Amino acid sequence: MNPIFANRRERLMEMKVRRKGVEQPRRLVAPPVFDKCSRCGAVAAKAELARSLYVCPNCGYHHPIGAYLRLAMVLDAKSFRELNEGMVAPNALQFPGYEEKLESARDATGLSEAVVTARGRIGGVPVAAAVLDSHFFMGSMGVAVGEKITRCVEYAQRHRLPLIIFSASGGARMQEGILSLMQMAKTAAAVRRFQEAGGLYISFFTHPTTGGVTASFASLGDITLAEPGALIGFAGPRVIQQTIGQTLPEGFQRAEYLVEHGFVDQIVPRTAMRETLIRLLRLHGKGELPRE
Amino acid sequence: MSDQLTAAQRVALSRQTTRPGTADYIAALFTDFFQQRGDRQGREDPSILGGIALYHGRPVTVIGHRKGRTLEENLTYNFGMPGPEGYRKAIRLMEQAEKFRRPVITFVDTPGAYPGLEAEAHGQGEAIASAIARMSTLNVPVVTVVIGEGGSGGALALAVANRVLILENAVYSILSPEGFASILWKDAGRSGEAAELMKLTAADLKELGVADQVIPEPAGGAQEDPQTVFDAVDAALSAALAQVAREGDFAARRWEKFRKMGTCAPEKE
Repeated sequence: MNPIFANRRERLMEMKVRRKGVEQPRRLVAPPVFDKCSRCGAVAAKAELARSLYVCPNCGYHHPIGAYLRLAMVLDAKSFRELNEGMVAPNALQFPGYEEKLESARDATGLSEAVVTARGRIGGVPVAAAVLDSHFFMGSMGVAVGEKITRCVEYAQRHRLPLIIFSASGGARMQEGILSLMQMAKTAAAVRRFQEAGGLYISFFTHPTTGGVTASFASLGDITLAEPGALIGFAGPRVIQQTIGQTLPEGFQRAEYLVEHGFVDQIVPRTAMRETLIRLLRLHGKGELPRE
Repeated sequence: MSDQLTAAQRVALSRQTTRPGTADYIAALFTDFFQQRGDRQGREDPSILGGIALYHGRPVTVIGHRKGRTLEENLTYNFGMPGPEGYRKAIRLMEQAEKFRRPVITFVDTPGAYPGLEAEAHGQGEAIASAIARMSTLNVPVVTVVIGEGGSGGALALAVANRVLILENAVYSILSPEGFASILWKDAGRSGEAAELMKLTAADLKELGVADQVIPEPAGGAQEDPQTVFDAVDAALSAALAQVAREGDFAARRWEKFRKMGTCAPEKE
């Protein structure tokens, strides 16, 4: 893309995010505190990182961002309405120390669980959206995450809205054991029903997405997108390395690798995320036709 | 009945190489088994065994994880750990079952889906997701029997059933106790402790609503008296199939069953 244009587009996005950031989600979780890129080590001013949507200006690394921040970047201003906010699941297995760990995760992130689900608009088109947040228990899926996602899918089906899910997850929530595994069945089945009823489901992989989330709803999109460099897999790289006893090739399980192997339609940089979604909605007959 | 066994002991029993496996159940409970191979996309994965057979004289599709007894067999069957091709074969067989209105019976016995380089390259996650999703909407009766190890997503991909039956010493869990311990405590050696906490025994699963029925085993485990176990599985399986067939609305009822897995607060939006 023409760099001048790209630059202008980024600045536009920045303005949008800033505008929405203050007035839109009720609790905009602060992005991780960094001014040094965790991949290349380049130092950038925090303001500059915010402007670049937390993509390192030096190496292009897409830093993981919180669910509310992602929604602020994606949704139209003032259109955000959270669904099932504050929904939590009991410690069904009475796993020792789990409640305390949840409590400290809640304190640290301001989130009640690892997913935020919402109704909102993208380019004027009403949508249902779910965003997993890797800052909360590594975005792992337990009963609450599975239930919120399922309700979000059902909401989309009931209101005939397009469904967009951003995944970021270490997999199943270990502390909820087999009930976490059952959430894979619940969410995958919900998505399948929604799709059979004619619903449009856009699945957006972000870094990192592995385990039970990859092996359920995240891999079932009508359209599948991924952020550049995102780690996407079923088994984690360490487990695979231990199993096969050899080092893994460069770029293994990265978004680009998945495109090469036929599991992702397109890689979408964060700066193009919103426009891409608007375009896809339009291609499905939702939203305004372009003016030009 | 062996109530006094610990979870870790049951995990060990579920992995016994002498324990009856999918091939044994097919030989004992079914007649005229016609094996179907291949995913029709370039690969046959022998760690999933499937085909058409007669069950009490009626055609069914039967699919299960296959483990080996000897090292050689295990190399052939990859220790019962399927790759994406195995799940794609399972999907193919299930879709045929739906087309020809045959009930689907699955036997679950796997440590988990194979965590390998090629499996990832070929879309292990996508294959499991698709198997789960496809199975969830099959409009024929589906009954699963967990006969040994029910390891994670690799097990679930064959277990989205109207009824899930489980043998007394079989286990079904989010991950192996070793994997669980190494993730949570960075110490695979604490697997015994993990097994106790994970609620992975048949009795626990019944209580959690994940399993519908526990099938008792002879003292010492299924390998001690396979014929008794075959008879017990046969009785439970045929009863479950008859019940599911009577209920009708197979896909809708299966959805209702899995929709209820796990409760949350608050209840309402």
